[in-house]
Amino acid sequence: MSLSPLFRLLGAALVSALLSASASADTTLLNVSYDVTREFYKDFNQAFIKHWKEKAGETLIVNQSHGGSSKQARAVVDGLEADVLTMNQANDVDILAERGKLIPADWAKRLPNNSAPYTSTTVFLVRKGNPKGIKDWDDLVKPGVSVVIPNPKTSGNGRYSYLAAWGYVLKKGGNEAKAREFVTKLFGNVPVFDGGGRAATTTFAQRNIGDALLTFENEVQLIQKEFSAEQIEVVYPSLSILAEAPVTVVDKVVDKRGTRKQAQAYLEYLYSDEGQELAAKHHYRPRNDKVLKRYAATFKPIQLFTVDELFGGWQKAQKVHFDDGGIYDQIFTKK
Amino acid sequence: MSATSVLHTPVPLEQARSAATNEPALMRWLLIALALIFLTLFLFIPLASVFYEALKKGGDVYLKALQEPDALSAIQLTLITAAIAVPANLVFGVAAAWAIAKFEFRGKSVLITLIDLPFAVSPVISGLIYVLLFGAQGWFGPWLQAHDIKIIFAVPGIVLATVFVTFPFVARELIPLMQAQGAEEEEAAVALGASGWQTLWRVTLPNVKWGLVYGVILCNARAMGEFGAVSVVSGHIRGMTNTMPLHVEILYNEYNFAAAFAVASILALLALVTLAAKSFVEWRFGHDQQTSIEEHAA
Repeated sequence: MSLSPLFRLLGAALVSALLSASASADTTLLNVSYDVTREFYKDFNQAFIKHWKEKAGETLIVNQSHGGSSKQARAVVDGLEADVLTMNQANDVDILAERGKLIPADWAKRLPNNSAPYTSTTVFLVRKGNPKGIKDWDDLVKPGVSVVIPNPKTSGNGRYSYLAAWGYVLKKGGNEAKAREFVTKLFGNVPVFDGGGRAATTTFAQRNIGDALLTFENEVQLIQKEFSAEQIEVVYPSLSILAEAPVTVVDKVVDKRGTRKQAQAYLEYLYSDEGQELAAKHHYRPRNDKVLKRYAATFKPIQLFTVDELFGGWQKAQKVHFDDGGIYDQIFTKK
Repeated sequence: MSATSVLHTPVPLEQARSAATNEPALMRWLLIALALIFLTLFLFIPLASVFYEALKKGGDVYLKALQEPDALSAIQLTLITAAIAVPANLVFGVAAAWAIAKFEFRGKSVLITLIDLPFAVSPVISGLIYVLLFGAQGWFGPWLQAHDIKIIFAVPGIVLATVFVTFPFVARELIPLMQAQGAEEEEAAVALGASGWQTLWRVTLPNVKWGLVYGVILCNARAMGEFGAVSVVSGHIRGMTNTMPLHVEILYNEYNFAAAFAVASILALLALVTLAAKSFVEWRFGHDQQTSIEEHAA
């Protein structure tokens, strides 16, 4: 019987781990987000905690979870208790309504600007001095130019790049057939397909593959900070896509935990002057015009179109272009 | 006749041994060089680069990255997880190995197969099993939610997943050893009036102690380094459910290279310590076996 104390000890350890995990204090919020938002939300959480303390007299703790966006959304559906979800693509929020019935289907209408308090856009990164003279989308489809784009099947970054190219042709007066031809040519110039934006960046900046990298404006700053800025420069095309970063309260969770008031205020604070200012500081385009003007040097004026405007919303775009057998697959099987 | 018998005389042992390594010198050097190049390329350079990248931006950045609360909590969680998973599998491994090696019973081969299961399935699948069981859409999910018990996306899920993937290490290490030793000594002990526990403590465990330590070390190494299974059930909440390997990934994805490599270097250090412990145990193990053989022979 000399083993039984060991069992008891183990049991006690497990139980205490269980308890400590489930005994969450009332005043915590969990913000489940995607990969690169940490620095922004680190600052924003501090600002909001201070604001909430002054306004409601309550001390909050805001926890953060970061990871690949679709994986994070999936985790929330599977029971990760997120009070708020902050993503970079509406698809990853829709899944909460479809699969888990965690939020109403019309979640996007609950906050201003499609529930997207800040945005970004797809831009080009090129080698120093721009040796291939890449100025706009047309230069990317020229023969001999190699372009790094992450796989649109698996990466939001890749999907935005694909739709941006498609939309460019439509906006220039082309029809769907022209757009398809253009995108086929563009993807013919892609030497490797990485699974996500992060891997594509490594391919371009560290392995020195490709003449241009297509990525989000807000990531450009991070890339330039880590890799030497002398080797890489940014090119703004004449037209690009507006990447809206949607946010939502997760109704089922906040109702259960009794945190709706705090979660709602948290998201609304993203739209406040201070929230917008912080977003701009972290290279997300603010919705507030005043703040945008103050950061005019960072955010070059660029003509932007939305997914809703040209593709009838993310759900439709996903179905037509990226689902199995969609246009992206057709382009690829023909290649 | 005598001439033929001379021809049939076996080659002396010394000569036979040298014949096996009697390759041209060039060939020998070539093979050694190949092995060294391979080791350098796939082992030494990556290992060195982890430390190089970690310290590239200076010692201050390195220390700061490690003193960050999120990093500390990741280190703590990794140690807690190993501290639960390793003893649990130690107890299980000894019990299973004892049952399999010393007793005959029906369903034994099924039990052996089950023990090997975690080696056979991909770690990601192991994690998904727990999501399917305990996730909000899973079998027990609604019940768990109604009773406000969190398993996945919390510490218990991480511990469960780690226990699962490290399940075979101790048992697999002990079973062949115990089988080779046979059950005679235990039978003798029982015949002399020892109880079951006495037999286990005084006869079986002393005989396998180094194998046991070896299994525990391997088990611990995997418990601390596990990525796939834990990644699926963690939820990646910073400061709460991020283990070290997960923390490294997220830092890397955030373009925070120096910090990512700093945490990775700590993991690498833990691995090196484990390796040193393993070599020590192997040496002692071999030494002990040698002396026990000599004792037996004497």
